[in-house]
Amino acid sequence: MTQSHQGLSGLLDTEAIRKDFPVLDRVLHDGKRLVYLDNAATSQKPRQVLDALTGYYERHNANVHRGVHVLAEEATALYEGARDKVAAFVNAPSRDEVIFTKNASESLNLVANMLGWAEEPYRVDHDTEVVITEMEHHSNIVPWQLLSQRTGAKLKWFGLTDDGRLDLSTIEETITEKTKIVSFTLVSNIMGTINPVEAIVRRAQDVGALVCVDASQAAPHMVLDVQELGADFVAFTGHKMCGPTGIGVLWGRQELLEDLPPFLGGGEMIETVSMHSSTYAPAPHKFEAGTPPIAQAVGLGAAVDYLASIGMERIAQHEHAITEYAVRRLLEVPDLRIIGPSTAEDRGAAISFTLGDIHPHDVGQVLDEQGIAVRVGHHCARPVCLRYGIPATTRASFYLYSTPAEVDALVDGLEHVRNFFG
Amino acid sequence: MYQDVILDHYKNPHGRGLRDGDAEVHHVNPTCGDEITLRVRYEGSRVADVSYEGQGCSISQASASVLNDLLVGKELAEARRIQDTFLELMQSKGRIEPDDAMEEVLEDAVAFAGVSKYPARVKCALLSWMAWKDATAQALGEAADAEPDDAERKTA
Repeated sequence: MTQSHQGLSGLLDTEAIRKDFPVLDRVLHDGKRLVYLDNAATSQKPRQVLDALTGYYERHNANVHRGVHVLAEEATALYEGARDKVAAFVNAPSRDEVIFTKNASESLNLVANMLGWAEEPYRVDHDTEVVITEMEHHSNIVPWQLLSQRTGAKLKWFGLTDDGRLDLSTIEETITEKTKIVSFTLVSNIMGTINPVEAIVRRAQDVGALVCVDASQAAPHMVLDVQELGADFVAFTGHKMCGPTGIGVLWGRQELLEDLPPFLGGGEMIETVSMHSSTYAPAPHKFEAGTPPIAQAVGLGAAVDYLASIGMERIAQHEHAITEYAVRRLLEVPDLRIIGPSTAEDRGAAISFTLGDIHPHDVGQVLDEQGIAVRVGHHCARPVCLRYGIPATTRASFYLYSTPAEVDALVDGLEHVRNFFG
Repeated sequence: MYQDVILDHYKNPHGRGLRDGDAEVHHVNPTCGDEITLRVRYEGSRVADVSYEGQGCSISQASASVLNDLLVGKELAEARRIQDTFLELMQSKGRIEPDDAMEEVLEDAVAFAGVSKYPARVKCALLSWMAWKDATAQALGEAADAEPDDAERKTA
């Protein structure tokens, strides 16, 4: 194993951190230590989050916002406490701007549906435009396609440069007076690209368009400050940031959440109901119909505490060092082509690549035999694969517990793959 | 999983390239982007040719090569028997250890027995076979096959 990673700076104490993640001790396939490099798909969970989930069910389980008994009060306090934690984590001006959903997809669909049913001036209809980008996850493409098909709005998008960046050279023609909303990812899930938020937000604001940011690949990895972003909506999911599955977040500016109509109707989102009509609870409850994912919200609260205790700046630094090292080592592998930025500049810790003409499924399978977990396929971002003329990629993605030794294991594993299919 | 037979077919595919046919189909495996364009040509009820172009993993490409080896020249009834046997093997979740009788029918294709343990890869192995079934139904105009075929394609 190569030792060229000695002297990397900014690394976290991964030896201590890894003790918090029980699954990282797993041994697979006749004694191969798990090398988990599929963090962009989902992160592993620390003991602190698992304990919060179990503790909730063992001691406090009840439905929220109803009932006057002790458990109901405790469950409500825990659920709403998680909202406070998430609001602080993203520096939201108000806790009421944090809507719990089941995942980022639901958050993005919620925004699309709010706008589809909205009154002027927010309403998306046949005379308006919606702008996305070619590097979006399908969850930030399909809801807008549906909205466009249903309303007749025109769907437009930014293309990509050869090195995996947004091509903003057409920004004036793409975002126009007709644009109602611009929705784009902060960090690409397939290429790792970190996008220039400011330029897009400025143009959107100039023409009076709303901005929705998909922060699914950002919230787990860097300081996320919704006020600094300047967007109107920010969506992310809990399970990629050490939280459980089944819990996502939509942050939205308060005045918008007040003005925009609900999407899902049901219990908890109402003020009064008669057989003829209903009035709605104020945000965020207006957008949280039905029994919410209570334990999952509590788990996300614990995840946010965990990440904050380490510090998002330090996590970002750690991942940057790992990414820099990984890019350098991967480029040493013959026939390896990185899809996306080929430096660590303005990029996150997800690195997609092709390896000669060996299909990613084969790469992934042979890596798995060595205990190395990567993602293969089009990563729910098929337009990116089409753009670069490839059927699929292999993606390695890192997190706060990833080590340089795991990068070395990946590079050694890829050598083995090359020999196997060579 | 990666038997030498599979790797050999992958590196040196048999019958690859599109030639004249009575019907052409294009099948994809949406989870991984494996694709195949496949043509069949019949002389009466005899499989005169199966030609194909595709891209994808070693399993999907090798499987198409094996299919070409096995089915070209066969009577349709015999080709269907082979297809059914291959389908049975691939859906066995690793529980079928091919015996001599099965090996006689499937020849090189028994090498895919190990693939059946990997649900994510079974679809790769079946891609060309489903395409062949579909193309055959189109070429011979057998509407009776259409329904089960559609169901299979959705899972593929």
